[in-house]
Amino acid sequence: MPEQLIFGMEVFLNGLMAGVLYALVALGFVLIYKASGIFNYAQGVMALFSALTLVGIMEGQVPFGHLVNAIFGTEIHGFGWHVPAFAAILLTMGVMILLAWCVQRFVFRDLVGQEPIILFMATIGLAYFLEGVGDLMWGSEIKKLDVGLPQGINAVIDETTFEWFGYGFFIDNLDIVATIIAALLVAALVVFAQYTKQGRAMRAVADDHQAALSVGISLSFVWVMVWSVAGFVALVAGIMWGTKSGVQFSLSLIALKALPVLMLGGFTSIPGAIVGGLIIGVGEKLFEFAVGPLVGGATENWFAYVLALVFLVFRPQGLFGEKIIERV
Amino acid sequence: MFYREAGDFKTSYKDDNQTFPIKFDRYRYYAVLFVAFALVPFIVNDYWVNAMLLPFLIYSIAAIGLNILTGYCGQVSLGTGGFMAVGAYACYKFMTAFPEISIIVHVILSGGVTAAVCILFGLPSLRIKGFYLAVATLAAQFFLVWLFNRVPWFYNYSASGQINAPERTVLDIAVTGPNTDAWAKYMFCLVFLTFCALIARNLTRGTIGRTWMAIRDMDIAAEIIGVNPLKAKISAFGVSGFFVGIAGALLFAVYLGAAEAGDSFGITKSFLVLFMIIIGGLGSIFGSFAGAAFLVLLPVLLKNVLVGMLGWPTDLAAHLEFIIVGGLIILFLILEPHGLAQLWRVAKEKLRLWPFPH
Repeated sequence: MPEQLIFGMEVFLNGLMAGVLYALVALGFVLIYKASGIFNYAQGVMALFSALTLVGIMEGQVPFGHLVNAIFGTEIHGFGWHVPAFAAILLTMGVMILLAWCVQRFVFRDLVGQEPIILFMATIGLAYFLEGVGDLMWGSEIKKLDVGLPQGINAVIDETTFEWFGYGFFIDNLDIVATIIAALLVAALVVFAQYTKQGRAMRAVADDHQAALSVGISLSFVWVMVWSVAGFVALVAGIMWGTKSGVQFSLSLIALKALPVLMLGGFTSIPGAIVGGLIIGVGEKLFEFAVGPLVGGATENWFAYVLALVFLVFRPQGLFGEKIIERV
Repeated sequence: MFYREAGDFKTSYKDDNQTFPIKFDRYRYYAVLFVAFALVPFIVNDYWVNAMLLPFLIYSIAAIGLNILTGYCGQVSLGTGGFMAVGAYACYKFMTAFPEISIIVHVILSGGVTAAVCILFGLPSLRIKGFYLAVATLAAQFFLVWLFNRVPWFYNYSASGQINAPERTVLDIAVTGPNTDAWAKYMFCLVFLTFCALIARNLTRGTIGRTWMAIRDMDIAAEIIGVNPLKAKISAFGVSGFFVGIAGALLFAVYLGAAEAGDSFGITKSFLVLFMIIIGGLGSIFGSFAGAAFLVLLPVLLKNVLVGMLGWPTDLAAHLEFIIVGGLIILFLILEPHGLAQLWRVAKEKLRLWPFPH
């Protein structure tokens, strides 16, 4: 087999894995969009915030420690304990549910019925707010997140491919774990949406707010629930990305990468988010591999957006989105 | 009392159609122009110009540009930073390639180049709408910044990859480069802002502005009553690009002096200008000014209060600024989705009836 092709295959596999991580972020978007028509730009910052909180709890940091120190001149640095990863994840989930309630109570309850674009801009404001709160609460330096996920090259794949092609593929263990978790998460979400009472309420709200309200479904409860689920997805994404590249500001920028994923897959489709993520992941890695060296590299910065743009011109609702019907 | 139409008789169509139909508004407008052109240049110092006035003037132009596209024509754009970069790099190329031509021409030409690029990226808007378009304009943002970083021709093969503004003069007074006076830079930008605002205000009052607003309010309905969506959207992208390009050129040449695409024209710039028009008011020229003033002055104020008076570390002040800006945006959207401009309108309505509101 020619060498280029083997390299290409490795790039392809790595692209698939990266795509899974994009899809994880995109999932959170789709959930909220379906249930409340809000295009939640803050999803990426939620991932950052949850990861920051997780690290903060695990390390026993004092929330707002820096701020307290600056105002009162104290020297607080930490509680001095270490919380085990599992308990910390549960605690963080509690924080995310609280956040979901606050968002619903203080922001979107007052914006019900506004135009979608106003809601979108409100989530941008929310993103800034959360980013500031996260930094102020836990400090803005780059943190290491380690919840015990395996990392490093997968030896089995390396050896097997070496036997087959005479060249060992480099696949990160973390990416494999992320893929499995993402698959489990999607399965769990589908079961939740299809077979539980709350899930059915969520789908009803997504279908028609007023009809759902008239049969006795509490809109505010469903919305808080959806934001909590999105917070959970953000937490999972935050753990994956945080373990991979450290918990830092750039984590919130992956939300931007999730946007073309969504456009490609369609805003309203969970399978669309997965397929879109995989296409974008593979596409940008292969493009960088094939065309990148010719044009100076770093094409990953824009390839996803341009691909989505070109794609949308031909199919404005994305791959799996509902057909857009406009009436006067 | 003093804010009335009564007693101000219009005897010609020209009078009837003027921008400020109320006498008080008209005098206020002349007074503002007088203060800005005749008083401020004599009393400003370096700190005032560099920290507040220049960014305010330049971002006002950018905000007017984006407001035409988003506020008047309803096409949300997240590519403003990228388009400003086009203006800056075009200006740089013109300045270095034709040093004998006046910088004023360069700035206007770079506005034209940006308009062309903006139209190119605006073409998909005919098929893509709403959020999809907002995300599509991100393609422009990332692609343009990447292009200016990677193609050496744009930065004249300089080793650092930066572009540096050479010294250029207007009437033998340096306006770009290291040896400039604060007041000269201020005046240069002020003249551009005045003309841009005049053009924008009059465009939005006329036929073309009405077609934009028709497209914004409902594009299909507008099409049915005879508005050509292609013309309306493309012209909005073009005019908006022109202003944004001028703002980018001024930001680079006059304010920053040296720029690098990723740092100076990143995605944060796009959001900054978008926030300006949301806070200021979508679909209002005054709102563009108000929003730009608000978001330029707020960080300066916060920094002075928190760092200067309370002695907090700068990074905490920066984080707090994020919280305050984000919180204010949400607050504004909840209380007044039409921004500062709407508050101003309400105040004017109240003023017309004052002191007898019934």
